[in-house]
Order: sequence, then structure tokens, then C-alpha cells
Amino acid sequence: MKLMPMNAAAFSMNALPNLAFSGAWVTSKLFDMAEKIHGMPRIAELNIIADGSEIEALDMSGAWVMHSVLNRLSTQGKTITYKGFKPEFAERLEIVAHEFNRHANASRDIKITPPSWLEQIGITATKALKEAKDLLSFVGEVSLMIVASIINPSRIRWRPILYNIREAGFNAIPIVGVLAFLLGVVVAYQSADQLRNYGANIFVVDLIGISMLREFAPLIAAVIIAGRSGSAYAAQIGTMSVTEEIDAMRVLGIVPMEMLVLPKLIGMVISLPLLTVWADMLGIFGGMLTAKTQLDVSFVDFIGRLVKAVEMTTYTVGLGKAFVFAIIITMIGCFQGFRTHGGADSVGRQTTRSVVQSIFLVIVADALFSVLFSILKI
Amino acid sequence: MPSQEIIIEVSNVSTSFGQHKVHDNVSLEVKRAEIFALIGGSGSGKSTLLREMMLLHRPDSGKIKVHGVDLTNITEAQGQSLRQHWGVMFQHGGLFGSLTIQENVGLPLREHTDLPDSLINELAEWKLSMVGLQSGVYGQYPSELSGGMLKRASLARALALDPDLLFLDEPTSGLDPISAGEIDTLILKLRDMFGLTILMVTHDLDTLWQVSDRVAVLANTKVEALGSMLELSVSKVESVRQFFDGKRGRSAYAQEQKISELHI
Repeated sequence: MKLMPMNAAAFSMNALPNLAFSGAWVTSKLFDMAEKIHGMPRIAELNIIADGSEIEALDMSGAWVMHSVLNRLSTQGKTITYKGFKPEFAERLEIVAHEFNRHANASRDIKITPPSWLEQIGITATKALKEAKDLLSFVGEVSLMIVASIINPSRIRWRPILYNIREAGFNAIPIVGVLAFLLGVVVAYQSADQLRNYGANIFVVDLIGISMLREFAPLIAAVIIAGRSGSAYAAQIGTMSVTEEIDAMRVLGIVPMEMLVLPKLIGMVISLPLLTVWADMLGIFGGMLTAKTQLDVSFVDFIGRLVKAVEMTTYTVGLGKAFVFAIIITMIGCFQGFRTHGGADSVGRQTTRSVVQSIFLVIVADALFSVLFSILKI
Repeated sequence: MPSQEIIIEVSNVSTSFGQHKVHDNVSLEVKRAEIFALIGGSGSGKSTLLREMMLLHRPDSGKIKVHGVDLTNITEAQGQSLRQHWGVMFQHGGLFGSLTIQENVGLPLREHTDLPDSLINELAEWKLSMVGLQSGVYGQYPSELSGGMLKRASLARALALDPDLLFLDEPTSGLDPISAGEIDTLILKLRDMFGLTILMVTHDLDTLWQVSDRVAVLANTKVEALGSMLELSVSKVESVRQFFDGKRGRSAYAQEQKISELHI
């Protein structure tokens, strides 16, 4: 058969008791046949003659639909006789009739009801609890691994650690620098008007210094790294588990945690605080430039004031936070990676979750730190 | 049984990847309602030839005609209509991971026809039961299925639009002997009942003996031999001999001899 044009499938009840089928009963020519069947009029004749002499072609779907026309009539108690069907078409109709009845019986057995809203809430809550429990046990496993590495330091893989420091730390220097600088400019700029009103221009130093070192630099660095490296960790481990590489490691006697998680964790714990120091510097530099242009605070005045206004603890608090954020980001990224099961879209889903969850947890942790520090009066 | 009408015509096709030459003036013809198998060692270009026939890869020179349509200068519209006349079963299934098995099978129908959802679901269920899958798995995702089930589901999707040409890439590889036998039977049934033309790439000697009408042996960038399994089994060509004289080749041949004796 060449790709020749065929007529649309049709049936005619104009010459009852003759039911004349015509056209090509093939998938692409069925068009709105289902509606036509649905709108079939009730007829009085008890004996129907199905005339198949005008049928051009009949494929499996066509036979299925044709059978549903005939089935509708036979359920109304009509007797159907067949006329003019080519032998191969008749044979196909017969196969379909057999399948059709089996299907009708089978589909009556299976009834799937979607869960009610209460059940849905329950399912969601159980899932969330289960995930929290899994995360906890993941953290436990990694902790044990760290202890084991400290006891037996020769098992630490230095090469991947260095690689991770380059990937997550060194390569992120430009983007972290630019964003921290802009953040410093913006914060100083927003406060400039207010400070000028009170003639408190020099206090821009306190504002920039404390807010940058304590809050903004660790936070902006963590958010960027969560988006940049946390997602990469989840995607890498996720893809490896989809392609059975994780299983391959296990059967080769390599502990995936030790190979995949530990180097990332150590690399990140070194990189993120360093990036935070870098963000501190660029953020303050941004604020310094704005202070000079908007508030006439010279660089010398700015730095002179900065040393007095900012205590050492402000700086170390920021670095401490960065250390914790680094642990959060790596743990969530790797955890979500290991949770990947199935195919490509699961990798995407877990990667998204890793970014959302790690940013969420970073901000929650930041808020908890604020509460803690205010209680401790640091 | 095969008619004389030619469905796929490959003439003087040459393909190379960089310096590596895969095909050099390869020509063959597949007739209507024929079960045609491509065999050859790894890297002999079977899969590449298959991909060229399905518009996934373009040969460097030569002509491929499918249903009389030349694939070299094909328009997008022609390509689309051609694609609805063939079904493809990929070696690893190629099922969409974000859809259930039933949705996978229904997808071509949803894309290319105006049939209502209820009918599409019925047809998809039927195609799935035809390839021997139980109704319990229809709602599952491909990642939850075993390799054999994936193959069957992939075959069901290939059959969704009732194609008259079926491409099968390793239809029985990785299957247990019973499932492989069932797939063989299904392939024969599809051809006998619905007149499908089937082109497959396979290494499975049992499938080749049971199912194929003609076999083309690709080796050294050429079609080294072409004929029925019986004809090939007495061929003197070295690349064909390698295929039959291996231990597995001999045992499949012996088995075939026993079966045909029983029939006589």
C-alpha cells in the first residue's frame, strides 16, 4: 500500500434493516466516530444485516470501534447477521469481539477510587514524616562515616576533596563576589537617605559592617552555593543511582557515602566559609563606594570607623553560620540525590527539591541563630 | 505471506562516522508483509541502518524509500504522515518515565487522533493485553517494571496507531526464553493477521529461525549475504559461517533440524 487517500469511516442506517459500513476503519480515519455511536438512534427492527462490502480497510482500532457499534445493537436485543465482509476483516472482528467481552468483564472488577481529602492529608503527612526520618538516618550514617575517617585518616580521599574545593569554591568566586558587592551597594544606598536626614552619615559604617559580616555575606554565599553546587550534587548522585552506578559501587565494595558524600562535605565546609570571607570583603567594599559617593564618607574614615564599630565576634559569628550552612547544603543535596528512584524526571524532581529545601533550611537556621545569639547576648 | 510490493527500498546507501566507514553502497529491499531481519556483529551498522530508515539519521549518500517516499528530500508534512504509518520498538523501551504504561501507549493516539479519552484508554488496555501484560501493571510507571515488561509495553506503544510497518530493535534480547517465545508468536500473529511488514535487528538465533522470512547479514560495510535462514545456513561466505558455526549457532541449527523432522 502506498500512502493513498482513504475515505473516512462511516456507517449508514438509511436502508434498515441494512446497516452499511463504508470507508476506511483505521485509526486515522475514525474522527468523531465515538460521538456518532453515542448518538445512534434506537431502532425498531429486530434483525439487522451488517453490510461490510464497502469497507476499504480495517485495522485493530477500527475493528474495536466497529464492534462497539454492533455490540450496542446486540445489547438492545437485536440479532445481527453479517454480509459482504472480506474473510480477513471478519476474522479481525471476531478477534476483537473476543477481546471486547474479556475487557468488559475485566474492567468491571477493577475499581480505583482516588483517596478522599482526609486520606490525602494523611498520606502527605506520613510521607513528610518518613522523609524527615530518612534524613535523620542519613545524617547519622554520614556522622558515623566521619568518625570512621577520623579514626582511620588514610581512608580520606584527598583528590576528590580538592576537586570539590575547586568546583564549589574557587569557581564560584566571581559570582559570589559580584552579588555580594551589589548587595553592599544596595544596602548602603537604601539607608543613605535616612542617615542623611539625621546627619548620622558615619553610622553607615556600622550598618554595612554588622549587617554584611553577620547576616548578608553568609546568607548570599549560601544561597548561591545551594543553587550552584547543592543542585549539582543532587543531580550527579541522582543520575548515578538511576544508571545503577551506586549499586555498582556497593557490589565492588566501595561505600557510596565515603566516595560521594564525604569529599563533598569536607570540600564544602572548607569552601563556603572562605567564600563568605570573600563576600564580606566585596560587600563592605560596595558599601564603602556608596558611602563615599552618597554620604561623603571617605575611605579612610570608613575603615577607621569599621575597626571600632565591628567586633571580632560579629565576624566569627558570620563564619560559624557559613560552616553550618555548608553542612546543610551538602547534606540536603546528597540526601535528595540518594532518594532518586526511577527515571530522568525523578532526577529533575529531586534536584529541585534539594535546592528548595536547602535554601529553606538555610534561612530557618539563620533565624534560629538570631534567636540563639540574642539569648546568649553575642 | 509476503507479496511482491516493496515497502522499504535501500539503494546504494553509504554512511561514515568521521573516518570510520559503516556502510558502503548497501542495498536491500523489504517486501510487504515480510519479516525481515538485519544481523551482523557489533558495530556492523545494523542499528545505524535502522535509524536511517526511521528518519533518525541521514545517510551520507544513497537513497532510502519507505512506502515509496524518498527519505532524502522529505518534507516535514510527509515525514509526519509517514511516522504515523510505522511503529518503533526500541531496544531499551524508550518509554516516557513521567507517564504510566497506559498513558505511554495512549500518547500517540492522543497526539494524532481525535478519539475520546475513554476510547483511547480502552484501545491502550487492549494493546497492552495483546502483548501479554496483566491489567495490574497498566497504572505503573516504566521505572517500576522489569526489563521484559518494558519491552512488551514498548511493543504495545509501537502498535498504538495500528501501523503497517513495524521496526523492532532487539525485540527479544534480555528476555527469558518463555517471554521471548511469546514475542516471537506475537510477531508472527501480527504479520499473519494484520499484514504488518516487520523489520527487526536481532541476535537471537531462535527468533531468526522461528520468525524471519529473509535475513540480511551486514559485515565489512556491506550486505554480505541475503536470504532465508535455511539458505544462509548453507552459505559459504565467511562472515555468515562465523554466525552459524559458533557454538550457539550450531545448537540453534540442530534444534531447528529436530523441529522440522518432527513436522515431517
